[in-house]
Amino acid sequence: MSRSFKAAIKENLPVHATHNLLSLSVPDSMPDPRPGQFFMVGMNRGTDPLLKRAFSLFRRTDEGLQILYRVRGKGTDILRNMKEGAILDMLGPLGNFYPLPSEEKTPLVMAGGIGIASVFSLIEDLAGKAIVFYGARTKEELLMLNEVKVYAKEVIVSTDDGSAGLKGTAADALRAFLAPQASDAHFCIYACGPHPLLKAVARMSKEYRIRAYVSMEEHMACGIGACLGCVVKTHDGFKRVCKEGPVMSASEIVW
Amino acid sequence: MDLSVKIGDLELKNPVMTASGTFGYGEEYAEFFDLSRLGAVVVKGLSIAPKEGNPPPRIVETASGMLNAIGLQNIGIERFIHEKMPFLRTYDTKVIVNFFGDSIGEYVAAAERLSGVDGVHGLEMNISCPNKQADWCIFGTDPRVTSEVVGKVREATRLPLIVKLSPNVTDISVIARAAVDAGADALSVINTLTGMAIDIRTRKPKLANRTGGLSGPAIKPVAIRMVYEVYKAVKVPIIGMGGIMTAEDALEFLMAGATAVAVGTANFIHPTAAADILGGIGAFLTQEGINDIRSLRGTAHAS
Ligand SMILES: Cc1cc2nc3c(=O)[nH]c(=O)nc-3n(C[C@H](O)[C@H](O)[C@H](O)COP(=O)(O)OP(=O)(O)OC[C@H]3O[C@@H](n4cnc5c(N)ncnc54)[C@H](O)[C@@H]3O)c2cc1C
Ligand SMILES: Cc1cc2nc3c(=O)[nH]c(=O)nc-3n(C[C@H](O)[C@H](O)[C@H](O)COP(=O)(O)O)c2cc1C
Ligand code: FES
Repeated sequence: MSRSFKAAIKENLPVHATHNLLSLSVPDSMPDPRPGQFFMVGMNRGTDPLLKRAFSLFRRTDEGLQILYRVRGKGTDILRNMKEGAILDMLGPLGNFYPLPSEEKTPLVMAGGIGIASVFSLIEDLAGKAIVFYGARTKEELLMLNEVKVYAKEVIVSTDDGSAGLKGTAADALRAFLAPQASDAHFCIYACGPHPLLKAVARMSKEYRIRAYVSMEEHMACGIGACLGCVVKTHDGFKRVCKEGPVMSASEIVW
Repeated sequence: MDLSVKIGDLELKNPVMTASGTFGYGEEYAEFFDLSRLGAVVVKGLSIAPKEGNPPPRIVETASGMLNAIGLQNIGIERFIHEKMPFLRTYDTKVIVNFFGDSIGEYVAAAERLSGVDGVHGLEMNISCPNKQADWCIFGTDPRVTSEVVGKVREATRLPLIVKLSPNVTDISVIARAAVDAGADALSVINTLTGMAIDIRTRKPKLANRTGGLSGPAIKPVAIRMVYEVYKAVKVPIIGMGGIMTAEDALEFLMAGATAVAVGTANFIHPTAAADILGGIGAFLTQEGINDIRSLRGTAHAS
C-alpha cells in the first residue's frame, strides 16, 4: 500500500467554462479511497507553483479515480492545460471520510457549487437513499446534475439567480424542506460547499437537532498532518483539516 | 564511502536531517520511508507549556516559497516525552529536540526537562521568538540577549546544544559569535525570513497573523550567503537549511561551509524528499570519486 504515487491522466474533460472532470489511472498499490477523502495533487514543473493542491475524491472508476475541479488560480490553470498521458505526483487518499448513517436515518446531502465534488461518491454509496440539496450560482454550474439524479432518491435544486429550481441557496432549500416536517429525528445531514453554506447548515442542525457532518477547507501545505497549517477552530482547540478532517461534526466547529 | 559527520559530540551517520516544524514528530512520514535512514530527526518546536498557535489562515503560497504563521503550536514537552518519544526511540537515528520559550526562565526549564530523557540526543534552541520580558522583541536579533539566553541554557544541559539563528538581522555573524561564545556546540542557519502577502481584493494581509515566515526555494540564495558568512565567523559546525529541494541544493550548503543540512519545506512537496536528497548526495560523491563527505565542507571559500 502506498499513499505516495504517480497517476496518469486518462482524460481532462471541460464540463463547464471553468470546471473540468479529470480521470486518472492509478497504481493498484493505492489504498481504496472513501467518500469525503481527498488527494494532494502536484502540478509543478520546477518550484512554482510550489505546493500540491487538495482535491476531493469525486468518483472511483475501474482504472482509478476522478476529480472534479474548478479553475481558480495558478495551479488549477496549469492542471486544466494538462493532456492525456501526463503524469501527476499525488498523495492520498488523505483525511477521514463521511460516516454512513444508521439504517433508520434519511441522509440529507447538501452540495454548494464545487462542493458536489466531495459528496458525489457519498450519494453513490447511499444508493438511492439520499435526498440531495444541490445549489449553484447558475443553471450551467449545476455540474453532473444528471449523474446525481441517478443515485439520489430526490434532488432539490436551487440557483442564486433562479435559472433552475428554487431561487436561493441550498441552505434556503433545506430550511424550506425541514420547516414543515413533523419530526426531525430521523434525518442526518452531510454538507460540502462555501463557508456561509456550512455555517447555515450548522445553525439548522442545532435548531432542528439533526446531526450534521461538514467537509471543511483550509489552505494546506503537507496534507498529512505535519505542518499544522490547515487548522480550524473547534470547541476542543485547533484541529487539522487534513488529519482530524476534512469531515467534522458541525457542532464541534467554532463558526 | 563515508557520509558520517559530527555535530559537536553528536555523531550522525549522514549529514541529512529534517528541519523543525516541517516533519511533525516523525510519525506522519514513517509510512513513506524508513526514518532510520536519516542522520537525525529534528522535531517540531516545543515549549514547557502547550501552545495553541495562531488562528487560520496560517499558510499562503508565494513565488517558489510559502509564508507560514503557525505560531509555534505544540503539545508541550511533557506530552511529547510520553506520547511521541516511544515512537522515535524505535528508530536507529538521532533525535534532536527543537525548543523555545518566551522568557529565559522558560528556555532553561525546557532544556532541563529535556536533558536526560532517554532517546533525546541533542537540543536545538530556536531563538527566533519573542521575549515577553523585553517588549516582545526577538531574542535572536540582539547579540547581548542571545548571549544571555544561550549562556543560561548552556549551564542547564550537557546535551549537544545547537542554536538556530534568525536571518532577520543586519549582520548574522555577530549573533553567531555571541551564540558560540556563550557555549553553543553548533549553529543552525537559517530560520524563516519574515514576510507578508496582501490580498488585493480584501486589501488585507493574507495571513491572519499578518506576517509570516518565508521558506522554500525562494530563500535559498540568502541562506547560502548566511552559511558562508557564519562559516567565516565561527569554528563550530553549521547545519545549513533554507530552500533545499534537491541533492544539488544540499551540496551547495556543504560547500558554503555547512557540516550537515536540514530539509524543510521540501518534505511537504515530496514526503520522501530527505531520503531522496541523501541518495542524490551519495550519487554525486560516487560520480566525483569522493570518499569522505567532509572533504566538501567549505570548499567555496578556497581562493
Ligand atoms: C480538503 C479539500 C478538498 C478540496 N476539494 C476540491 C475539489 O474537489 N475540487 C475543487 O475544485 N477544489 C477543491 N478544493 C479547493 C482547491 O484545493 C483549491 O481550489 C486549489 O488549491 C486552488 O489552487 P490554485 O493554484 O488554482 O489557486 P491559487 O489561488 O493560485 O492558490 C494559491 C494557494 O492557495 C491555496 N488555495 C486557494 N484556494 C483554496 C481553497 N479553496 N482551499 C484550500 N486551499 C486553497 C492553494 O492550494 C495554493 O496553495 C479542496 C480543498 C480542500 C482543502
Ligand atoms: C510550517 C513551518 C513550521 C516551522 N516551525 C519551526 C519551529 O517550530 N521551530 C523552528 O526552529 N523552525 C521552524 N520552521 C523553520 C524551518 O525549520 C526552517 O528553518 C525553514 O523553513 C527554512 O528551511 P526550508 O526553506 O527548507 O523550509 C518552520 C518552517 C515551516 C515552513
Ligand atoms: S496541511 Fe499540513 S497539517 Fe494539514
